Amino acid sequence: MKTRLARHWLSGAMIGLTYLAAVLATLPLLLILFHLLRKGAASLSLTFFTSMPKPVGEAGGGMANAIVGTLTLIGIACLIGLPIGIGAGIYLSEKRSTPLAHSVRFLSDVLNGLPSIVMGIFAWEFLVRPAGHFSALAGGTALAAMMIPLVTRTTEEMLRVVPISLREAALALGYPRWRTSISVVVRTALAGIATGALVAVARIAGETAPLLFTAFGNQFWSTSLREPIAALPLQIFTYAISPYDEWHAQAWAGALVLISIVLVISLAARFVTRSRFGAPVD
Amino acid sequence: MLQSIEVARGARVTPSVVAPRPATPETRESAGLEKPCIVTRHLTAFFGETAAVKDVSVAIPQQAVTAIIGPSGCGKSTLLRCLNRMHETVPNARVDGVVEILGSAIYGEGTNATAVRRHVGMVFQRPTPFPTMSVKANVAAGLRVDSKDRRADQAEKEIVEEALHRAGLWDEVKDRLNESAMGLSGGQQQRLCIARALATHPRVLLLDEPTASLDPLSTQKVEELVYHLRESVTLVIVTHNMQQAARVSDRTAFLLGGELIEFAPTNALFTAPKDQRTEAYITGRFG
Repeated sequence: MKTRLARHWLSGAMIGLTYLAAVLATLPLLLILFHLLRKGAASLSLTFFTSMPKPVGEAGGGMANAIVGTLTLIGIACLIGLPIGIGAGIYLSEKRSTPLAHSVRFLSDVLNGLPSIVMGIFAWEFLVRPAGHFSALAGGTALAAMMIPLVTRTTEEMLRVVPISLREAALALGYPRWRTSISVVVRTALAGIATGALVAVARIAGETAPLLFTAFGNQFWSTSLREPIAALPLQIFTYAISPYDEWHAQAWAGALVLISIVLVISLAARFVTRSRFGAPVD
Repeated sequence: MLQSIEVARGARVTPSVVAPRPATPETRESAGLEKPCIVTRHLTAFFGETAAVKDVSVAIPQQAVTAIIGPSGCGKSTLLRCLNRMHETVPNARVDGVVEILGSAIYGEGTNATAVRRHVGMVFQRPTPFPTMSVKANVAAGLRVDSKDRRADQAEKEIVEEALHRAGLWDEVKDRLNESAMGLSGGQQQRLCIARALATHPRVLLLDEPTASLDPLSTQKVEELVYHLRESVTLVIVTHNMQQAARVSDRTAFLLGGELIEFAPTNALFTAPKDQRTEAYITGRFG
């Protein structure tokens, strides 16, 4: 039989290991942030957000077009992806065990694990090739296709958490089924659904592969959604593999901006969840 | 307080309830039931192939409290849920037979389930306030369901206040009408649900073990409420608690294995049960 002291030490060691694991898990993120700040902060200034890229050899310049481009692409992806994803999620939670629900659920899971480059090729084949040119719309659609399965599944999860008793209470008040779903079930889960949507946005914001053959990137301002458009991940990619030092510096700054956008979105998601049971609106 | 109920009841009990009545089934069925509110005929309720309620024919009197008692799984809740067509919201559930409320067949052709539910309120075992809505919005929830029936803000305010008064909750919540309903205690939440059900002025109020998740003091308040509500609405209450049935109801139905074993005035059923099984149950020999 182990002595009390031995048990005490073993317990301490195990707890220490879990602490170590926790630190190791967050270490990569901290290292990345630290590194980005060190390398990127130097080239980051107001002009980085407001001016266009400069040709090689000229100092300064920014990524205004890429920042706007990324926001545009996220916007298009949300406009297409959120209604479809949330709608599908509502369907899955309402009609839990129909054959269609089972297949949608299964396909969503498969689609969730699909490599993003495949999504890019798919969008190229169906949107870029028939149109004959790269476009912001094609890029946004490819990102939307990545969002949809994620949003579908999180929406369904959030709706399932709403107790069946609330649904019954609404039905017993004489709410038609669709009103029960919208005014009670979806409304109760709204914060959770919004969080899921923001998490999905944060995930697609940094995607590069689906944009390679769709949005393509653009060194200039793009005023049309039917034209190729610049995006931060693409710009970072182009600059990082270039042989020029000033472009490398710009790439670091771009990466810092990109990760900041993702961070802000994640924080927003946090905030939305926290105010879940805050003061009622009505 | 409970004493006062008993006294008040004693004072108000109608002779037809206390008077000894003939034992023949026909007279028992019809006594005091000149104008029954709810009538079921050969009501059978299925979950898939299993019948949870079997061939129940009963006439529930108007403006009175009818209790449904019986052991767990005897079909009490299912029977109750057949009376406002909530049973059919469960997948694979269906209903056979006839249910008439104030003369209209609620399972009749062309009768809309949501319309039935608007006239038959229901309160559940656990309080179910809508978490995204304020106290006021919760009470008004049933009024807002039908846009044709949508009232002006002023009218709605009055209805909300009246419903909260009827549920005995007004004094406790009048200063927090715009706060979240989740901030109320469990007992207050349950009375809020009763107010929400009353706001649409239903003719019938169904209560499915409304005090099962409440503390004794809240239970007492709900019981008093049920007692007083009988003046204006027909109540049917499912309860696990025989003392509760004895305290609040005028008539009691005893269910066993989905069958209606006995339906009689509460005093008669508890003091002189006609059926051996009823006697066995109320004396605590099973269940």
